[in-house]
Amino acid sequence: MNLEDIIKPENCVFKKTELLNDKPLSFCPGCGHGVVHRITMECVEELGIMEDTIGIAPVGCAVLAYEFMEIDMQEAAHGRAPAVATGIKRVWPKKYVFTYQGDGDLAAIGTAETMHCCNRGENILIIFINNGIYGMTGGQMAPTTLEGSKTATCPYGRDTSTMGYPLKITELVAQLPGVRYVTRQSVHTPAAVRKAKAAIKKALMLQAEGKQGTCFIEICTNCNSGWKMSPVQANKWMEENTFKYYVPGDIKDEFKLLKNPIAND
Amino acid sequence: MSELKLMKGNEALAEAAIRAGVDAYYGYPITPQSEVMEYLMAANPVKTTGMVVLQAESELASINMVYGAAGAGKMAMTSSSSPGISLMQEGISYIAGAELPCVVVNVVRGGPGLGTIQPSQADYFQTVKGGGHGDYKLITLAPASVQEMADFLKLAFDLAFKYRNPAMILSDGAIGQMMEKVELFDPIPRRTDEQVYEQCPWATTGRKRNTDKRVITSLRLVASVQEAFNQKLQNKYQVIQENEVRCEMLNCDDADLVIVAYGSSARTSMKAVELARKDGVKLGILRPQTLWPFPIKQIEALAQKVKGFLTVEMSAGQMVEDVRLAVNGKVPVEHYGRMGGVIASPAEICEAAKSFLNKCK
Repeated sequence: MNLEDIIKPENCVFKKTELLNDKPLSFCPGCGHGVVHRITMECVEELGIMEDTIGIAPVGCAVLAYEFMEIDMQEAAHGRAPAVATGIKRVWPKKYVFTYQGDGDLAAIGTAETMHCCNRGENILIIFINNGIYGMTGGQMAPTTLEGSKTATCPYGRDTSTMGYPLKITELVAQLPGVRYVTRQSVHTPAAVRKAKAAIKKALMLQAEGKQGTCFIEICTNCNSGWKMSPVQANKWMEENTFKYYVPGDIKDEFKLLKNPIAND
Repeated sequence: MSELKLMKGNEALAEAAIRAGVDAYYGYPITPQSEVMEYLMAANPVKTTGMVVLQAESELASINMVYGAAGAGKMAMTSSSSPGISLMQEGISYIAGAELPCVVVNVVRGGPGLGTIQPSQADYFQTVKGGGHGDYKLITLAPASVQEMADFLKLAFDLAFKYRNPAMILSDGAIGQMMEKVELFDPIPRRTDEQVYEQCPWATTGRKRNTDKRVITSLRLVASVQEAFNQKLQNKYQVIQENEVRCEMLNCDDADLVIVAYGSSARTSMKAVELARKDGVKLGILRPQTLWPFPIKQIEALAQKVKGFLTVEMSAGQMVEDVRLAVNGKVPVEHYGRMGGVIASPAEICEAAKSFLNKCK
């Protein structure tokens, strides 16, 4: 059997979404960002909402998200993505708006914007990548860094008596009445990727239904360079440590999806 | 319909925003400009024109909401007073760096720090010399009446969209708070979605099939790319400097001394000119309506025939530096001003002008 006989549309089991381009990703090999970029764009493509979707990129490792995602995007100042998203959504209420933010952006410098956007119940999706460290700037302590973890700015381990506690901002926003769907996912195994993708898709579909309320999806990923481990070691460490503190699963879900309101899915 | 009303400056500006077809106002309360949002909330324009009015959690959030809406092609604005405007500087720099059209209103109060809630003009440097980081310019309009609070709101949006550049209305606590008659312009309908798509093909409104994505960003990691962008901005600023200077000149034709003043200071200085003329002292006044672009050529021309310039500002003297640059040593230039929220009286300005003119002779 030669190659031409195998490469046929009916034999295709995986195809990269056209909403992710071929530029080499700026992430370290083994990092979860690339996977979340892909599944987010897959959701936009599969739901057929590209023409009405606007994404907001953060400052941090994903600062260049708009370089890879082939949709209209705005780059926000550090921590301000929820405010930028609010500004857009209020003047284009029928558009799909999402932010893509890391833990420093969302849970440190942008805490006020995060909390108040959620408290107003802005009808947007917040995708929150939690890797417990500042990756882009070279591995400093994040608000989500676990107790005892060593980083460039807590080289002896995070000491909660002077550095505060790892911030469960996802549980915090779940307390707000404006927030209707909160879940914590990961992308370190194929099964986890599928679940994370389903969560993103559900959140975008809720926007289509015009449900008033913020959807908040935390995705725990490794930062193998920052944690100074191999990708495999980092994922194992995440399962054994991160998940004990940041427990995966749905935290709040006030919505059951109606019948899929969007065509071609 | 155009109508005559008695209003506060802040209210006139708010009403003008509704009439100009503005899409969104995002703001945070601060004295002495809170009437802007209060007026808008009471008018509830979402029911009439569809204009969104939202009270944000901070000035940081307000300006970034403006960034988002402006990046999506909409007419968005915010207003604040000095300490709040300081908080917005990050966002203003990003807006300039992303070349987004929007309007920011500063009803200036005394500083530094929390300062005072009385009127001041001490934010001139912050407004026309940068404020935020990086080489950028804000088109800056300086209203001197309640009428101009209304008219300049529309003009600011026109200029902002014409040049894809943020515009600042640099008012002060006196102009914002005082009541005067104002002739309100006829309402202009908000643009339809189709008009927004057509007018702002660069805006992020959702990527259309078979077209390229749009990206709003101020990040340019390659030095040569950033430099080329900086050059593009400078070229744009050059065009604005050449075409958009606005100023008013009164009694300048035969003047021995010209007062340069804007906003409230221009109003008191006009009275001072009247007083001086009664005493036979030939004072004139040049009132910049645009602080950037600055009326350099107009001042250069006057410098050929007058004996000196006196700037009158509610600050330690900020605009005086730009007047000196324009005059370029031809005649003496001095500053007279009061600080901390104190407004100079016409009589004291008149005296200061007379005594300065004596030195010029």
